[in-house]
Amino acid sequence: MSLLHTVNKSPFERNSLESCLRLAEDGHAVLLIEDAAVAALNGTAHTETIKNATGRLSMYVLGPDLDARGLSRDRVIDGIEIVDYDRFVTLTCEHDSVQSWL
Amino acid sequence: MSEEGIVKKLMYVNRKAPYGTIYALESLEVVLIGAAFDQQVSLAFVDDGVYQLTRSQNTDGIGMKNFSPTYAALGDYDVRHIYVERESLEARGLTVEDLMPLTYEDEDDDWAEKESLRVVDSSELATLMGEQDVVLSF
Repeated sequence: MSLLHTVNKSPFERNSLESCLRLAEDGHAVLLIEDAAVAALNGTAHTETIKNATGRLSMYVLGPDLDARGLSRDRVIDGIEIVDYDRFVTLTCEHDSVQSWL
Repeated sequence: MSEEGIVKKLMYVNRKAPYGTIYALESLEVVLIGAAFDQQVSLAFVDDGVYQLTRSQNTDGIGMKNFSPTYAALGDYDVRHIYVERESLEARGLTVEDLMPLTYEDEDDDWAEKESLRVVDSSELATLMGEQDVVLSF
């Protein structure tokens, strides 16, 4: 089974991303949306954790959520793919199911 | 109560990123309403609240109103004290350069434009919070 995990809360505020990364199996996909977009940046207190996760998970971040928060796309961690809404839909279709971490 | 009314020290503490929840926008609206009552108002941005003040916010892609330009109007409402916690910026890899410039015009100094945004460390912010009559949390 291939799962797409979506996380929508900032890792500075909630532990949902941390739990997701702990419980997602190798090869799964993780898409950062809404306030979780802040986790995709270099130079934060969470960068190391996220960087490590890119080695075993396919990591994505929703570009429009970066733009809305004034977060430069240039600062996104290497290994995290920036996607648009169309790609979000495609990712949903490509996976067997979606797990939303609230 | 005198004719001028009672002036209290009010601090709004903002701790949430914008757009993901409604807290940031609601806080800004309350600040603007409250500013009409001639109180001594200050704003503090702590934790994910610092993301509210980032430059170049563009919400075209998420179908929501970009309310960040409104922070620049706070000076016209006599809101002159905007504090950003240094530790919160650092944990997020941000510096003051990533934030919008916020200013006010000082009527006691020939309307000179002055900075209203100030980066303070936690201990200074703690002192400022302790001096308030009312702290409102968002």
